[in-house]
Amino acid sequence: MIFDWLIAPFLDYAFMARALAGALAVSLGAAPVGVFLMLRRMSLTGEAIAHGVLPGIAVAYLLAGLSLFAMTIGGLVAGLVIATLSALVSRLTVLREDASLASFHLVALAMGVLLVSVAGSKIDLIHVLFGSVLALGNGAVLLLAGSATLTVVVLALIYRPLVMESYDPAFLRAVGGRGALVHHLFLALVVLNLVAGFHALGTLMSVGMMILPATAARFWARGIGGMIVAAVATAVLASVVGLLISFHIDVPSGPAIILVAGAASMFSMLLGPHGSLRALRTPAWHRSN
Amino acid sequence: MSAVIAFDDVTLGYDHHPAVHHLSGEVPAGALLAIVGPNGAGKSTLLKGIVGELKPLSGRIRRPDARRRDTAYLPQQSELDRSFPISVFDLVAMGNWGAIGSLGTLGAAGRKRVASALAEVGLESFDRRQAGTLSRGQLQRALFARLLVQDAPLILLDEPFTALDQRTEHDLLALVARWHGEGRTVLAVMHDLDTVRARFPRTLLLARDPVAWGETGEVMTSANLLRARSISEAWDEAAPRCDAPEIAA
Repeated sequence: MIFDWLIAPFLDYAFMARALAGALAVSLGAAPVGVFLMLRRMSLTGEAIAHGVLPGIAVAYLLAGLSLFAMTIGGLVAGLVIATLSALVSRLTVLREDASLASFHLVALAMGVLLVSVAGSKIDLIHVLFGSVLALGNGAVLLLAGSATLTVVVLALIYRPLVMESYDPAFLRAVGGRGALVHHLFLALVVLNLVAGFHALGTLMSVGMMILPATAARFWARGIGGMIVAAVATAVLASVVGLLISFHIDVPSGPAIILVAGAASMFSMLLGPHGSLRALRTPAWHRSN
Repeated sequence: MSAVIAFDDVTLGYDHHPAVHHLSGEVPAGALLAIVGPNGAGKSTLLKGIVGELKPLSGRIRRPDARRRDTAYLPQQSELDRSFPISVFDLVAMGNWGAIGSLGTLGAAGRKRVASALAEVGLESFDRRQAGTLSRGQLQRALFARLLVQDAPLILLDEPFTALDQRTEHDLLALVARWHGEGRTVLAVMHDLDTVRARFPRTLLLARDPVAWGETGEVMTSANLLRARSISEAWDEAAPRCDAPEIAA
């Protein structure tokens, strides 16, 4: 019975197995990146870049149809362009990075929706916006795995300067750490994971796998390492549970995964051991020293 | 003695307005120099210029044979994110960057350096505490521990004792005196003139323009201090270019 409900769908159906593999890969890459987005107070930046990749994907779709390769390249290019543009604008003009990103991503989103709907059917638009993790091919799963692998390796290489740059950028600059390089590598990781996540969850949902597990993790660990572990665990949990719910009650899988992640995040806010509402309400006691 | 820092007619500023105006002079190795002056006199800007965060509008700051890791810089504290999840140990261990960079391991020796730095600033048992839970004075002690770990021959401190209680100030001043005794060069932006008179042999009095630079006793005269106050109050949005012929002449 439990086996039928929890395990069998992944064994009996190849599309469920591929969906699980893809979602787990997204979890492994996006969740750690999300932790740093949250700690650097860039959650909305992630959101803006996620929408910014849309016109690139739309143009690729216009030129090449639903091609995995073309859409990936289109999304990467658009994401990097929008991240670079907003960084440039904030450096060269009085506009702050959040405001310039907000204006760019609105234009990009409008342009992307327009392009996709002019060229294709409603089904395609829904596919691009909300993804279709149940329709992942072997190539897409490999792409997601590759993206996750690259993310983990790069994060490991820049982990120390990234933490320092997030906490005390002036110090890193003063001791000659390449803070700007680290910042840009990190933004590139954000773009990469958003584009990878797009294949599984669509442009609107993929940022959810970054932000929601990270916000949940904040309430389960004190240190950054612990938060990364908790975020990946939350994302994995959301993937498995979301796919099962989607399979059994026949609802779209992308939103189901994100809703489970959202529920985990709410649960953590209420009951997590660190800084949650419950922690706030716990009767006060204190040590003698 | 050889100069650690040499200023050649340096002007630093923002948006074409000078914050430090035509400063020339040398800081000899082993100096203990206080930088004083009214708010907006360019004291912090001068430190930013020395660490290279700000390029001079004109003139040159020379640092003969200095490597990046030879400078330890403590900016004003307000910029740190109190909600960031970093332990006191990791904060202090950041001082090892010059030695281990992004991929090296801290090792037993590095850990020991961090532990003994924490002990020297009186934060022995604080290593696992989150930096965000420290009081202002404790955080300043931790940042001084990071300076200790950096072990740099040139140390730049921006208002290191502002808003600290007397005991913390006393303990940290003792560290500054020790650094001076070890032959390190220390520059500190200071507001408490009594402390400057008591503890700093040399002083630079800055009010955008350098007012006086030399022995603390000779610099901190009431005439100089009065002059410093009046200079920095003048501010002209439409001031002509400094190198215009009638001004340069």
